[in-house]
Amino acid sequence: MAIIRWTPGRLGARTPWTEVERLRNQIEGLFDSLTGSGEKRGLAGAGVFPLINLSEDADNLYLTAELPGVSAEALEMSIENENLTLRGERRIPEADKNVNYHRREREAGFFRRVIGLPARVDADKVQATTKSGVLQVILPKAAEAKPRQIAIKSE
Amino acid sequence: MNHELQARDKMAVAPEAEQTRPHPVFVPAVDIYESRDSLTLLADMPGVTKEGLNIDLKDNTLTIRGEVKPETEEGRTVLYREYQEGDYFRQFTLSNVIDQNKITAALKNGVLTLVLPKVEKVKPRQIEIKTE
Repeated sequence: MAIIRWTPGRLGARTPWTEVERLRNQIEGLFDSLTGSGEKRGLAGAGVFPLINLSEDADNLYLTAELPGVSAEALEMSIENENLTLRGERRIPEADKNVNYHRREREAGFFRRVIGLPARVDADKVQATTKSGVLQVILPKAAEAKPRQIAIKSE
Repeated sequence: MNHELQARDKMAVAPEAEQTRPHPVFVPAVDIYESRDSLTLLADMPGVTKEGLNIDLKDNTLTIRGEVKPETEEGRTVLYREYQEGDYFRQFTLSNVIDQNKITAALKNGVLTLVLPKVEKVKPRQIEIKTE
């Protein structure tokens, strides 16, 4: 039996595995084009409630979290150095005792999450609002964390 | 109730019709309970406003649609993305006869509360059986 060195992806090297790899890529591409979920594979997940999105520009960090059924009063947020702590409780009012449930998918409970911010922020100027069950936080970066334009002189 | 909430990914569904602007559509988590005279539905739809909500009841099929205006991220660099924004869609077949004119819907903190009153039952008629 001849032993052929395995070189994945090399043109002409028709091992069974290159064929499998090619097929796998095609299937994945097909699923992505059908479901439009190509973007989804990029989702990072700490697996801690609530899930967050974080973005930044030169001046601020922007944090959003989906918290349906959590009122602003039931939410608590604190910032210490570069750690943002979010805690709260989601309450679901008890329905009358005489009702029969057909479906029960929503969950009640407490949550707490610490988010490591990528930059130091000015804690006094943080603005947090809840709107239609979405928490939106604008965190202005501390002066030392902002990018500074440095003029380059030519001599 | 000392239960710690777990992070759950939203469940995406294939949209009913092809979209002109491709974006994900999710299934909202719901609670449905029935009392003697009404059916109550609660749905988690964060990001949906009154204007973006559409409820339709036709031939015993209840359709809930919620549109979410995507957050403007122009000029921003995304650092983490743990969830996606998208619309909500869910349909139910109702077995009870619902009084369409008396449906009430309320939206608070991203939770939809829908009360569907049942039609007043036709009174059971006693049928007399005569013996001859």
